[in-house]
Amino acid sequence: MSFIIRRLVFYVVAAWVALTINFFIPRLVPGNAVESIMSKFPNLQPAAYRAIEAMLGVGHPGSIWHQYWAYLVDVAHLNFGTSTSEYPAQVSTLLGEALPWTIVLVGTATVIAFLVGTALGIAAGWRHGGGLDRVLPGLMFLQAIPYFFFALILLELFAVKLHVFPIGQGYGQGLIPGWHWDFISSAVYHSLLPALTIVLTSIAGWMLQMRNVMITTSGEDYVVAAQAKGLSNRRVVLTYAARNAILPQLQGFALAIGFVVSGALIMEIVFSYPGIGLLLVNSVTSNDYALTQAIFLVITFTVLLANLIVDVIIVFVDPRARAREATR
Amino acid sequence: MTVAPAISTELTAVTQEAAQPGWWRRMPTKAKAGVVLFGLFVLTAIIGPLVTPYDPSYQNPSPGVSMNAPSAAHLLGTTQSGQDVLSQLLVGIRLTLELGIIVGVVATALAVIVGVTAAFLGGFWDELLSLVTNVFLVIPALPLLIVLLGYFPNRGEAPTIIVLALLGWPWGARVMRAQTLAIRNRDFVAASRETGERTWRIIAVEIVPNEVSLIAASFVNTVLYAIGASVALAFIGVADLNSWSLGTMLYWAQSQQALQLGAWWWFVPPGLAVALMGTALVLLNTGIDELGNPRLRDASSASRIAGRWLKPADPTPVLSEISQRRNGFAGFLHSFSRSSLLDKAEAGEGR
Repeated sequence: MSFIIRRLVFYVVAAWVALTINFFIPRLVPGNAVESIMSKFPNLQPAAYRAIEAMLGVGHPGSIWHQYWAYLVDVAHLNFGTSTSEYPAQVSTLLGEALPWTIVLVGTATVIAFLVGTALGIAAGWRHGGGLDRVLPGLMFLQAIPYFFFALILLELFAVKLHVFPIGQGYGQGLIPGWHWDFISSAVYHSLLPALTIVLTSIAGWMLQMRNVMITTSGEDYVVAAQAKGLSNRRVVLTYAARNAILPQLQGFALAIGFVVSGALIMEIVFSYPGIGLLLVNSVTSNDYALTQAIFLVITFTVLLANLIVDVIIVFVDPRARAREATR
Repeated sequence: MTVAPAISTELTAVTQEAAQPGWWRRMPTKAKAGVVLFGLFVLTAIIGPLVTPYDPSYQNPSPGVSMNAPSAAHLLGTTQSGQDVLSQLLVGIRLTLELGIIVGVVATALAVIVGVTAAFLGGFWDELLSLVTNVFLVIPALPLLIVLLGYFPNRGEAPTIIVLALLGWPWGARVMRAQTLAIRNRDFVAASRETGERTWRIIAVEIVPNEVSLIAASFVNTVLYAIGASVALAFIGVADLNSWSLGTMLYWAQSQQALQLGAWWWFVPPGLAVALMGTALVLLNTGIDELGNPRLRDASSASRIAGRWLKPADPTPVLSEISQRRNGFAGFLHSFSRSSLLDKAEAGEGR
């Protein structure tokens, strides 16, 4: 079986674990959606319990295994139920509206941060102790600042004080989303500052990791041999040292995707960006359980998919892996 | 093996530094800075709540005290409802640090138990535990935290600690497993097994003490994660909003428009405190890393020999190459992990 297919199986298992957790949490924790609505409106008669249950579609009859199966079937059909906070909107409709915003912004910003951070890490690791290396403590401070706080400061500086960027939102007021220039330019303009905060806060991590691997790699015999052969410095750095240091970096990238997504959720709240993070927090604070759970599943599945893509890239970049794939 | 006891001494012994100036001097600069900075925060957390000038929740009703810039009466100004920011900060640092350290202890203990058990039992159990670890690594933690805490009615400190600890162990477990696999095959472990030591004794006396530096690093990382996650959770409102932590301070500042009203003294101090706490922990961790791997040290530790700057040589690699034979079901489970890509092809494989 090829590596990619095996990884696919692994992600299916992970997805199943997430689904199962998602199914059992509400059944293990005391209280439920219906009770929370009942407690919010003390005027409701006890008889209203059944009606609310029916409205939310939570009162599944039958054994727990029957419910579990029905739940899996629903998820497979992307039927996540009805939102209570934006009643009567379907959860899947709300998700479809929010997801593209997050994926485009966070995806682009993360790839940029990874590429720039890796490039800086190569430079810093090669000239160990040089100028770039000395700015590392400063970058570490940047890394230790919570995402949202850094975002708040930039927002204050560039949007509130200098008016260079807009204060939050995904696009200008009064615009109708669609494929026309006014909307797209406004959306890009609104995404610049959020993207900048993601890039600036995550760049240090990539740089630090790449630098450390580079330092180890550039001490290897084959790098010394390449230098002894009189190859150009550029060639030694890129095709010998960095080429080999990139593999651990990619593995690190796969492991960090979850963290990147988590940070981005918070970013959306600071900028009131109309993505999945803002939707998640709004759904939690308004006890919209169906929406909360669906968002958790969507985020998890997206992260799993991103991981799979990185796995494909790893196989592509690692000649050993390619050779083994060919012989299998 | 001289490295591990040295670190354990240094970490536990901020107080012993006077007695043992040698240890202190030999510590990397970054680690020193980290210890001092973190020590300041611990001190603030202990003393701070005892010396608060006001009750952090006291809302001064007189309108003149609302949104005051820092002054002699209120060193860090006041909030919209006339609460003293400095008092909130002092109480908040304790709550946040306390939560971080408790989560750090519990999650690190879980990580050590899972990681060491997996590596020591080997075979099927190892692969199963690794599979569970990898699944929890790949599921994004923050959304899961939000969902879990969303179900707790009051979202107080205890549920937050439990949930953070339950989700905080996989990173540490991975590292502990790799290190245990490396140590497990060393001669001194084989020797103690030959002398008839019990398994738990080998683990507790021979293996775990040799992993103290990694456990310390894992602990520091977990505290960092716990502080970051708890502040983020509180900031988005998934916390007990009646208590004063750095996260809830930021939540109230954000929700009452401190930013738009230009009340920097309201949101900068808690944010800066979190950032500095994080920096202290990152510095501490880099210091621990550098103790283990001198190659990562600053160029300042290089010495000039015969006109050339030489960096200290790499010691014996900590993570020696782990090659194991996996049979049957264990091998099958292993083939689903990402690390299976880096396995050496065994003879006869690859028809």
